[in-house]
Amino acid sequence: MTDKASVPERMVRATPPGVARTVRGLSDRALAWVFIGPTILLLLAINIFPLLWTIYLSFTNYRANRFNRDVEWVGLRNYERVLTDDDIWQAMQATAHFVVWTIVLQVLIGFTLAWLINAKFRGSNFWTTIIVLPMMLSPAVVGNFWTFLYQPQIGLFNAVVGFLTGTDPASFEMIGDVDLAPWAIVIVDTWMWTPFVMLICLAGLRSIPAYVYEAAEIDRASAWRQFWTITVPMVLPFLMLAVLFRGIENFKMFDLVVQLTGGGPGSVTELASINLKREAFEKWRTGYSSAFAIVLFVTVFGLASIYVKALNKVKER
Amino acid sequence: MSANSVTEPTGRVKWIAGIVVVGYALVTLVPMVWIMLTGFKTPSDAISYPPKLVFQPTVEGYVNLFTTRTRATPEQLEELGPAENFAQEIVRERGMVIVGASRFGERFLNSIIIGFGSTFLSIVLGTLAAYGFSRFKVPLTDDLMFFILSTRMMPPIAVAIPIFLMYRTLGLSDTHLGMILLYTAVNISLAVWLLKGFIDEIPREYEEAALIDGYTRFQAFWKVVLPQAATGIASTAIFCLIFAWNEYAFAVLLTSGNAQTAPPFIPTIIGVGGLDWPAVAAGATIFLLPVLIFTVVLRKHLLRGITFGAVRK
Repeated sequence: MTDKASVPERMVRATPPGVARTVRGLSDRALAWVFIGPTILLLLAINIFPLLWTIYLSFTNYRANRFNRDVEWVGLRNYERVLTDDDIWQAMQATAHFVVWTIVLQVLIGFTLAWLINAKFRGSNFWTTIIVLPMMLSPAVVGNFWTFLYQPQIGLFNAVVGFLTGTDPASFEMIGDVDLAPWAIVIVDTWMWTPFVMLICLAGLRSIPAYVYEAAEIDRASAWRQFWTITVPMVLPFLMLAVLFRGIENFKMFDLVVQLTGGGPGSVTELASINLKREAFEKWRTGYSSAFAIVLFVTVFGLASIYVKALNKVKER
Repeated sequence: MSANSVTEPTGRVKWIAGIVVVGYALVTLVPMVWIMLTGFKTPSDAISYPPKLVFQPTVEGYVNLFTTRTRATPEQLEELGPAENFAQEIVRERGMVIVGASRFGERFLNSIIIGFGSTFLSIVLGTLAAYGFSRFKVPLTDDLMFFILSTRMMPPIAVAIPIFLMYRTLGLSDTHLGMILLYTAVNISLAVWLLKGFIDEIPREYEEAALIDGYTRFQAFWKVVLPQAATGIASTAIFCLIFAWNEYAFAVLLTSGNAQTAPPFIPTIIGVGGLDWPAVAAGATIFLLPVLIFTVVLRKHLLRGITFGAVRK
């Protein structure tokens, strides 16, 4: 997502020419900066400047909890250590598991729901609103409360699963078990964010013009064939966009999982951001964690830009 | 398959679709309903095994949420005489007395100040910038718009360390102003993108007429464009507010007391022997309700905003 060619086509809509070239003293160009300047300044101060600072810190051995220590330039040593650190590889693996499974589940469930809602049964708008509610909530509060639902003895989740499967609700522990905890966070994220994928798919389904189906109907294409040759390809760009957003969001996931499992048990659900927070704000290894932050950042942007290229190809088809 | 199809879905297809969707929606609702119910349980009902569906409702959780209590011996309670209000009565049943207000009120107020403050600022700056991009010939418009969008893709933790250092130097850490500026910076990308879409849709002839009538640029913007963009501004504002309301990572890293919002605070409400779940649930309910109400009342605008934003990006 670094070069202009990879920007989705809709983004580069040309700006129409100004209304009047000069009005009362201030030229249009100067006026434009009066309008746009404050926003750019704020973003430079609170986004770009800190980012550049992070890059600088990543080459030093600075520790934010020790004011007076001399800051030493250590070159690429932090990066070397980040890339060879087992903890970080484990965090990346946990993140990959989380990102891949949430996307798979959210795409499957979200698309299916959108497709069903598009059948426009009675009351579909009302039920759509109900489904959308979880994504409006605070992830931290949601995560916190799901720990309650996941309690082995008293939690509702265990009671329901126990009732449905006939097992003892006290016999399994979603967030205390090394094998189950990675799935516990996947379940909550899926509960919370499937509606997002669903909405984007719904927008895609509604954008398919009726005449395409009419033409297929005249050609006597079966419903199955219509689904695979019209519906799926036409929704695909939308679906891929939803995947992009969910992928970026979940790659930097922090609040929901911190409150849900705190990275535990052990560190099986310690996602990249959680590991980063621990290094930066608990161990105060500022330089080292800055290097990790930059590695993460480059990974996200790298993957995202490759992905956007693929997305643009799909759109062109 | 849909209204797009020549053959409308048959009654049976609609029935099946309806049942599946309603079933999913009901499952979705369960955790939210459970939070709200738990807020009206006693601590022992909340942690009973198996989970209780039928219980005697109480506002104990809410009383615990808003007060700080201390344990008292029966003799001490005896000396105090009868309870003066229902809140004292409830805690007295547990052998406690109320010693003051809890910090939930403060935190909730901080959420309101920071949420509305940053929303206001995002909307002011965002509307100006969106107007600028929409109406003027700005050099490198597309690059600037993309730059603005890309700031949203940054992981918060990647910039949290220098922001922490910067705020410490400027004296902005743990202040309302610092958090308002930060949330504004995070929200502004969305605000500019959504608002530019809305302003692009307003015909520029309106302003041209106003300019010919002798209005200045600002007057034309203020008196002609703003009223036209009101709905778009309102729905963008709700998005910004929901984000600032729900944000956790920056709040937990950059605030410690003075400017801390409710999301980092709610999970820390401790009762006797661990988390006081009814109080936590009461706090969560109070905190979630505004957003739930917004969502239901403004669902058309919100849903449009989400898909609109996504499709444009």
